[in-house]
Amino acid sequence: MPKISIPTPLRQFVNGQDVVEVAGASAAECLDNLTAQFPDLRLHLFNDEGKLRSFVNVYVNEEDIRYLNKGETAVTDSDTLSIVPSIAGGR
Amino acid sequence: MATITAAPTLSNEEILRYSRHLIMPEVGMDGQLRLKAGKVLCIGTGGLGAPIGMYLAAAGIGTIGLVDFDVVDQTNLQRQIIHGTKDVGRKKLDSAADRMADINPNVSLVKHEVALSSENALDIMRGYDVVVDGTDNFPTRYLVNDACVLLGIPNVYGSIFRFEGQASVFATQGGPCYRCLYPEPPPPGLVPSCAEGGVLGILPGLIGVVQATEVVKLILGKGDTLAGRLVLYDALNMKFREMRLRKSPDCPICGPHRTIHKLIDYYQFCGIPQHAEPPAPGLKEGEIEAVDVKKLIDGGHSFVLIDVREPHEYQICKIPNARLMPLGDLPRRVHELNSADEFVLHCKSGIRSAKACDFLRQAGFKKVRNMKGGILAWSDKVDPSVPKY
Repeated sequence: MPKISIPTPLRQFVNGQDVVEVAGASAAECLDNLTAQFPDLRLHLFNDEGKLRSFVNVYVNEEDIRYLNKGETAVTDSDTLSIVPSIAGGR
Repeated sequence: MATITAAPTLSNEEILRYSRHLIMPEVGMDGQLRLKAGKVLCIGTGGLGAPIGMYLAAAGIGTIGLVDFDVVDQTNLQRQIIHGTKDVGRKKLDSAADRMADINPNVSLVKHEVALSSENALDIMRGYDVVVDGTDNFPTRYLVNDACVLLGIPNVYGSIFRFEGQASVFATQGGPCYRCLYPEPPPPGLVPSCAEGGVLGILPGLIGVVQATEVVKLILGKGDTLAGRLVLYDALNMKFREMRLRKSPDCPICGPHRTIHKLIDYYQFCGIPQHAEPPAPGLKEGEIEAVDVKKLIDGGHSFVLIDVREPHEYQICKIPNARLMPLGDLPRRVHELNSADEFVLHCKSGIRSAKACDFLRQAGFKKVRNMKGGILAWSDKVDPSVPKY
């Protein structure tokens, strides 16, 4: 199954895991399955219209899905999805 | 870089000081003179700013501007290594400048003691060759990015959270900017911040050093910078990853159909003030002073004291008999509470417990009060043996 890399700020919503394996043939399917498993995560990834929030990016391997096929981007078992939200710390 | 013109020569002292640069073909005399002619603005002299400031001074950047308005406090020392224990209570600008001048007296330091805003950002940043973003909050990061785009100055970005960091170079000629990566800042409340804050002290050291490296490369015009790449660093697993970063055709400030034409002051929200604002004098409705909570306890008054902080915070300090129920667990665990009881809720400073009070009231609880100022107020006004953190 494809792996999803979970960033530090969101690990609290997935029982502290840094990587979660979920079924899915596209980026959207994987994220849907992830948020079905961990419903608290949904609010942090998607807005009311079900679109990815503007401060959260999703990558398939090294590429931003906005420049691939967005949610339809095909994913295979060997791929890693990464959720990368903006973080602001610096002090 | 267009703004860097013929530089003065190096003194004999400088030649000796920079000898390890001078004997390296990638820098050499030409590169060292470029560094000397370079003007770099460091926004923030905290966790990221500490290594950035020290290494850029040591490297011989001719002019370094510093922007900060904060004062050194004890909790900074775990990571802000430009400041020392003797500097607690001093202005960070003074402390940082002293340290940098000690490292390299040849550097000309310019202190900007201001909070960056849409009013002053362009004036402060104009004239610098490179800006380094070592701030700690979204509003300033967007301000720095937008001003860099408008002025055409590269923005060397770094940001940290707990044990994870990001770094990139934005707003180079033809390269992506911060808004290409994230078009808008998150709204208040959606980013885990105050409650789950904290940072591994060494982390800003590593990310700041990545930023300082990129500054030097930009000025030298050597190597392959992080423009177009986002580096993700996970200190816990000691992993570096790299994501491709593209100039977004929809970018609201650097795209062809830009919608932002001037600087924006975003609403200041949770995640910024570690230097939490002092609570307003007087009680708001539904609040109770820490001293009055103590009186309730001493008077044997029947009520439930709930601590909505996280378990690791509870380990640092706690109020006797307080029951731990983290804010995030409240929706799941609310059934454990009897709405007929009387409740006082507290957290570290009163913000999370105010949210928890709102939640309980919406759930039908009538007798709910928020302990004003949290356990910090308890430490100040009731029991100084309770440590502050």
